[in-house]
Amino acid sequence: MRTRRLTAGLTMLLLFGLLLFDQVQSGGLNRFDAPPLIAWGSGQAAGGAHCAALPR
Amino acid sequence: MSSVQDTSAGAATAPVSSFLTRAVLVAAMLVATLLVAGYAGGRFGLLLLIGLGFGIVLEGFRFGFAGPWRALITKRDPRGTLAQLLSIGLVALVAFPVLNGAGGTMIGAHAPIGFAMIAGAFVFGAAMQVVMGCGSGTLVNAGSGNPVSLLALPFFALGSFAGAYHLLWWTNLGTLPVIVFEGMSGLAITLGLLAAVAVGLLAMAAPGTRAIPRRLWIAAALLAGLAVLNLLVAGQPWGVVYGLGLWAAKGASAFGADLSASAFWSTPGNVERVTESLLTDVTSLTNLGIIGGAFLVAVWRSGLGQGLPDLPARAWIATVIAGFLLGYSSRLAFGCNVGAFFSGISTGSLHGWSWFVAAFGGAFVGVWLRPRLGLEGRK
Repeated sequence: MRTRRLTAGLTMLLLFGLLLFDQVQSGGLNRFDAPPLIAWGSGQAAGGAHCAALPR
Repeated sequence: MSSVQDTSAGAATAPVSSFLTRAVLVAAMLVATLLVAGYAGGRFGLLLLIGLGFGIVLEGFRFGFAGPWRALITKRDPRGTLAQLLSIGLVALVAFPVLNGAGGTMIGAHAPIGFAMIAGAFVFGAAMQVVMGCGSGTLVNAGSGNPVSLLALPFFALGSFAGAYHLLWWTNLGTLPVIVFEGMSGLAITLGLLAAVAVGLLAMAAPGTRAIPRRLWIAAALLAGLAVLNLLVAGQPWGVVYGLGLWAAKGASAFGADLSASAFWSTPGNVERVTESLLTDVTSLTNLGIIGGAFLVAVWRSGLGQGLPDLPARAWIATVIAGFLLGYSSRLAFGCNVGAFFSGISTGSLHGWSWFVAAFGGAFVGVWLRPRLGLEGRK
C-alpha cells in the first residue's frame, strides 16, 4: 500500500530540486551584501516583495 | 520463543530508531538555517527559522484556515475561525504601533479594493475548499505528504506567476485608493471589527462549539508571535503567494520566457528578485520553512504511514485546476488567507476585510463543489 512516505518524500525532493535549480540559475550569494539582521529600527526600507504590494 | 524475543528486540529498537530519526531531522533543519545564515546573511537564516516555526505550529497544532471555515459553514462550529480572529488581533496589537513608528521603512499588507480583487478573493475561497488547502495550508499539507496538496502546489505557483503577470490589466478594471486604518484609532477599529465578527459567530454557533479549545489558544498565540517576528525581521508582514509566483517566474525565465512583456515582472524590484537567489527572498524562505516544519512534525508523529486516498480521475483534474486558480486568484486579490486576510487585517488594510467577506462567500461554493468533484473519495 502506498503511504504518505512516498508523497512527503516527493515534496522534499521537489524542494531540493528547486533549491538546486535556483543556485545554478541565480547570481550566487554574498553575505557581505546582506541586510541588517532585523529590519525594525535599521532605517532600511523593506523590499516590497509581498503579495499585497503593487509593483513599484 | 524466538519470535517473542524478536518482537521484544524490535520493540526496544523502535523508540531508539524513532529518536534518531527525529534528532537527525531537527539537526538537519538547524544546519540548513545556519547554512543560509552563513552564506546568504543572518536575516535570511532567521526568516527560514521563522518559516519552520510557522510550519511546526500549523501542522503541530492542526491550526488551519480552510478546515475551520468548512466547519463553520457545514456545522456552525466557529472555534477554528475564532482562533484565527484571535491570532489576527494579537498581531494587530503589535503591528499597528510598530508600523506607525517605522516612518515608512516597514510596510503593511496594504492594497486597494477593486473588482478583480473581490472576484479573486471569491474564487480563492471556493478553490481552497475544493482542495481543502489555502495558501499556508497547501504548503503544510504538501510537507506532511498530502497528495492533493502536492499536486496542487506546482499549479498554485504557476497560477501565482500568471496572475501577477496579468495583475495590472486586472487592476485597471477599477480599484479604489488604498484605504488603511492607522494609529491607535485604526487599531481600535480593527479590534472592534474583529470582536464584532467573533460575537456574531458565537451568536450563531451550534451548541457545544462556543469555547475555543486549549490547543487553538496556544496555536493562535504562537502563530501571532511568529507573524510579529516576521514583520520585525523582514520589515513586511507574513505572506505566501509572492514567493510561489517567484519560483515559477524563475523557471519561466530560465526556459527563455520574456518577462519584460509583463508590467509586473518587468519592474526593477521584481527583475532583481527573479535574478537573485530564492534564499534572499522573504516569502520564499518562510514558504520553504513551512513545508520543512510540517514535514518535521509529520515524521515526528510517525504520521507518514497513512495510506494515500483512492480518488477518481476527475478529482485529480479538479486539483490541477483549483491549484492554478488558487495562485491566479490570490494575485488578483492581493494575497491569500495569509497575505490578505491574516496580514491585511492585522496591519490595517481595508482590503483584508473585503477579502474575508468575498472569500467566505466563495467558500460556500467550494464546500458544495468538493464532493461533486470527487475529492471526498469514492462512494
